[in-house]
Amino acid sequence: MKHLNEDQLILHYYGEAPDPAAIESHLFSCADCRAGFEGLRRVLAAANALQVPERRESYGSEVWQRLRPRLSERRRWDWKPTFHVSRWAWASLITAMLVAAFFLGRFWPRAEIPVAKLPPGQVRERILLASVADHLESSQRVLMEVVNASGNGSVDISQQQASAEDLVAANRLYRQSAERAGEAGMEGVLEELERILLEIAHSSSQLTSGELNEIRRRIDTQGILFKVRVIGDRVRERQKAAARELARRNL
Amino acid sequence: MISMEESDAAAVLRARSGDSQAFRLLVEHHSRNIFRLAYRMTGNEQDAEDVVQETFFKAFRQLNGFEERSNFSTWLYRIGVNCALDLLRKRRRHDEFQEPLEPDHGRGVFEADPHESTPDRLVFSIEVKRQVTQALERLSPMERSAFVLRHFEGMSIEEVGQVLGLQTSAAKHSIFRAVRKMRVALEPLMSSLR
Ligand SMILES: [Zn+2]
Repeated sequence: MKHLNEDQLILHYYGEAPDPAAIESHLFSCADCRAGFEGLRRVLAAANALQVPERRESYGSEVWQRLRPRLSERRRWDWKPTFHVSRWAWASLITAMLVAAFFLGRFWPRAEIPVAKLPPGQVRERILLASVADHLESSQRVLMEVVNASGNGSVDISQQQASAEDLVAANRLYRQSAERAGEAGMEGVLEELERILLEIAHSSSQLTSGELNEIRRRIDTQGILFKVRVIGDRVRERQKAAARELARRNL
Repeated sequence: MISMEESDAAAVLRARSGDSQAFRLLVEHHSRNIFRLAYRMTGNEQDAEDVVQETFFKAFRQLNGFEERSNFSTWLYRIGVNCALDLLRKRRRHDEFQEPLEPDHGRGVFEADPHESTPDRLVFSIEVKRQVTQALERLSPMERSAFVLRHFEGMSIEEVGQVLGLQTSAAKHSIFRAVRKMRVALEPLMSSLR
């Protein structure tokens, strides 16, 4: 009988050889193959030296505690995403006017704005801040979805692309207004955000895992998610302050 | 008595309808297994913890894609393996910019006779662990996954193929390649035992 090859020995070791009895009887009568099998067994037994560090009994609930905040965060973002996006279609015109009015009203001579056509100052500010905050949250959501996208072979990001396209238009508006208002920090972050959104909007809707990783890498290295979250929090703070101020005045 | 699989299936149904306590149950049932898998795939605790978090996060997001007639644990393993593969590939690409590792079979540390005395035996076992770790690191991500699933997790080659999205024959060849590489890396050390 022919000697056993290494593949046959490996299958036999794992109990998956098609004819184990034939292999056993060959090993019994052939010293060469027996030595080969012994060598294989020693090496594979040595692999078991790699021990896994113990986890406590409570490990499962520790994992859950860490995970839980991320799950609820997603649920909030998931809330009717199409509503967020389609709202932009009609909101962008109104927003354009509000944004310009807000920043111009604050930093440019008052005489130049058609104040009468706009909501009163405090209301205007609150609406504007709310839409900037929404914009930043929607952007975060799209970036998160791209970062967490997965699939076999190619990954479909067509939904995120449609959202990114809508967000680019609004983002450009906010960025220009921030620039005119001399809000350099905000402008810088919005500029970075715009570049990433553009990249997502203009990539192919079926990404290879390589292309996807490239986008992820850019999102990661620029820390853009973190920056967007930080200015988003600041805007929310301002929005709350504006709401409190409004409530105080209306008392 | 209700089997683990049945209770998993029931929990998945409840979790899908928005019951977070049901998902919690799934996390608690499977965390240790996923950690073990992740540790063997990545070779260190911090990466393994990250993979565990990512695995359950993705599982939660993809819960609607889970087919009821399939096995939850196999499905979860597939997600876990993919998360670990992503991490290994990221790491690998990063490493390409670093100096390549020199192969060092049995360098220096182990020169004494392992049968001689207890301290030497200890040195030997530490050296075995070090070399096993290194040998695993030198496998391609796919070979490593296939080997971990067959050797440590005790899955059949067919199951390994299912988890990795490979034909059974492709899974088999990944395992063959992995074992051959392990053998080349570890044989010199092991034959010093004889
Ligand atoms: Zn023979």
